[in-house]
Amino acid sequence: MSIRERLSGNEAAATAMKQINPDVVAAFPITPSTEIPQYFSTFVANGAVDTEFVAVESEHSAMSACIGAEAAGCRAMTATSANGLSLMWEMIYIASSLRLPIVLSLVNRAVSGPLNIHCDHSDAMGVRDAGWIMLFSENNQEAYDNTLMAHRIAEHENVLLPLMVCQDGFITSHSIENIELEEDSEVKKFVGEYHPKHYLLNEKEPIAVGPLDLQAYLFEHKAQQAEAMKAAKDVILDVAKDFEAWTGRHYGLFESYMLDDCDMAIVCMNSTAGTTKAVVNELRKKGIKAGLLKIRVYRPFPSEEIAAALANVKAIAVLDKADSLNGMGSALFQDVASSMYVSGNYIPMVDYVYGIGGRDTTTNDIASVYDDLSEIVKTGTVQNPYRYLGLRKEEI
Amino acid sequence: MSNLIEIRWHGRGGQGAKTASLLLADAAFNTGKYIQGFPEYGPERMGAPITAYNRISDDPITIHSNIYEPDYVVVVDDTLLESVAVTAGLKETGAIVINTTKSPEYLKKVLNGYRGDIYTIDARKISMETLGRYFPNTPMLAAIVKVSNIMAEDAFLKDMEGSFKHKFAKKPEVIEGNMKAIEMALKEVKKV
Amino acid sequence: MAEITNKTPMEHMTIGGNIYEAGNARKFKTGDWRSMKPIFHEDVCKQCGLCFPVCPENAIPVKKEDCKRTNFNYDYCKGCGVCAKVCPFGAITMEEEGGTL
Repeated sequence: MSIRERLSGNEAAATAMKQINPDVVAAFPITPSTEIPQYFSTFVANGAVDTEFVAVESEHSAMSACIGAEAAGCRAMTATSANGLSLMWEMIYIASSLRLPIVLSLVNRAVSGPLNIHCDHSDAMGVRDAGWIMLFSENNQEAYDNTLMAHRIAEHENVLLPLMVCQDGFITSHSIENIELEEDSEVKKFVGEYHPKHYLLNEKEPIAVGPLDLQAYLFEHKAQQAEAMKAAKDVILDVAKDFEAWTGRHYGLFESYMLDDCDMAIVCMNSTAGTTKAVVNELRKKGIKAGLLKIRVYRPFPSEEIAAALANVKAIAVLDKADSLNGMGSALFQDVASSMYVSGNYIPMVDYVYGIGGRDTTTNDIASVYDDLSEIVKTGTVQNPYRYLGLRKEEI
Repeated sequence: MSNLIEIRWHGRGGQGAKTASLLLADAAFNTGKYIQGFPEYGPERMGAPITAYNRISDDPITIHSNIYEPDYVVVVDDTLLESVAVTAGLKETGAIVINTTKSPEYLKKVLNGYRGDIYTIDARKISMETLGRYFPNTPMLAAIVKVSNIMAEDAFLKDMEGSFKHKFAKKPEVIEGNMKAIEMALKEVKKV
Repeated sequence: MAEITNKTPMEHMTIGGNIYEAGNARKFKTGDWRSMKPIFHEDVCKQCGLCFPVCPENAIPVKKEDCKRTNFNYDYCKGCGVCAKVCPFGAITMEEEGGTL
């Protein structure tokens, strides 16, 4: 039986970590994820968990400590945001290449500069090609649920990749909302114990981790990572099936909201998807066929599945909460565009960079995107595929 | 979501406007509602104007943005009335609740001709009388519950007693004062 | 653990390049890095025992029964010359690799 509660997104993530009770948590505080290690250290102090909490002196050390712990055979977790993730960057690649299923709670925030502590996805987008599984969460519930599913995915023998659970800084991390929690004992049963096949502290099998890997080998090891990433799709769906059987809450690679019969689709991630749902509901009342595709699994990118889900819409808008600053569309747009192209299906598409540095995104903003899309459906052409949403600009 | 109620709080850092918005979310949650309670984070410092928000509904809430057209506005500190546009976007079918002893004439002047209902309460007096210190958030919480009619008074009182018992488990002597503050506020909030 | 070489397909390689056994440094023969070669003069050697602890490659074999050193293991000796430096008796001399001896 689920427990009706109200928690902030950070409380939800910390609660999941408490229930998972990992062997090691190593973290360094940074806004807006600070509360996660803060709450967790309280759990350690109160004896609610028997985790070894390592209060490190930087995020580089936090990830390094997680790597050491995980290689030793432990379950290790951490949390960070923005520049904290930037400082981890070197070790982010080490973690994935050594195939260590570390779980990171990433509370999305703009990477400075100029200095900004508010939400966008520039931190996550900076590590999108680093070999981590990336799950995005619309609200506190999804941040909690994704964290509960994380280890089953990451530690699966066909996967063995680190995983990050993303949620929007402040917008969900600091908003108190209703949530359904699960019983501690049930979580323990679902997550299971971690028994790695090979680990450094196994006295019966002395092993070497992270050796020199030159021209004759690195390519193959990278290809192995890519294959594991592909294999993760099935594992993610299998774990979601078990999760649904347990909690009744359904998860896929993405969520299709009023998508089947829609003319105009928005593709986006995290909290904006919730705001978009409210707009879709209003438009549907007026008979306007608006729909939403909310990405949950961003890495591995469910390319074929997304192309199939969008196959019959007449126009697509992708909302990017990070600007790739490349003059030709941001990361999510490019992923969706290449998925559509490879599937051999041309549908007019536009990219909107929005919500940078915590710029608020309202239902009116989202409604304006559907207005634009209906224009595109009418004319069948796209004048300017690379746009901004909510940017101040001199009218010409 | 026709039953959705949106509330905006204006206060100063350190006065507990954020806490009050979270307490309101708590109280509504305990009566079975779906809730959101979130502050708008700016530069954090004592005395700086801050804004906090509540959404309360019978149905799940998916919108994640600030509130621009609130049903209710709560002003915890009347010195903000001249520096912050507290009625911006406030629905005229709604109401504003202000912690103040200022005259109705003054309030009408500084509220830019707002045509909805204006309620006032002297949260300072209530707080000083019941708690001996200035904590305006508890009376303001009670005032907005009364004005917005989000929940029945007795359910609210019962819930607050429960949460005070939990919150002040280590200093039970302040529970009675807080309950008294709520009871007084429910009685004393009045329409201008 | 099966031998992994530069002909092994990725499906048969360990993940992350992990090595699931100990003592495998012996499979990596470093002797061909050598440009200078130490020569052991057994007649001059007093078996004082200063040379073999400083060898970074463990390339100076020592007999178990009498703790006496024997000739260099040139499979691993990189020719660093540390042993020749520490020998107080001139029992180790360095010669150019490919020289007359």
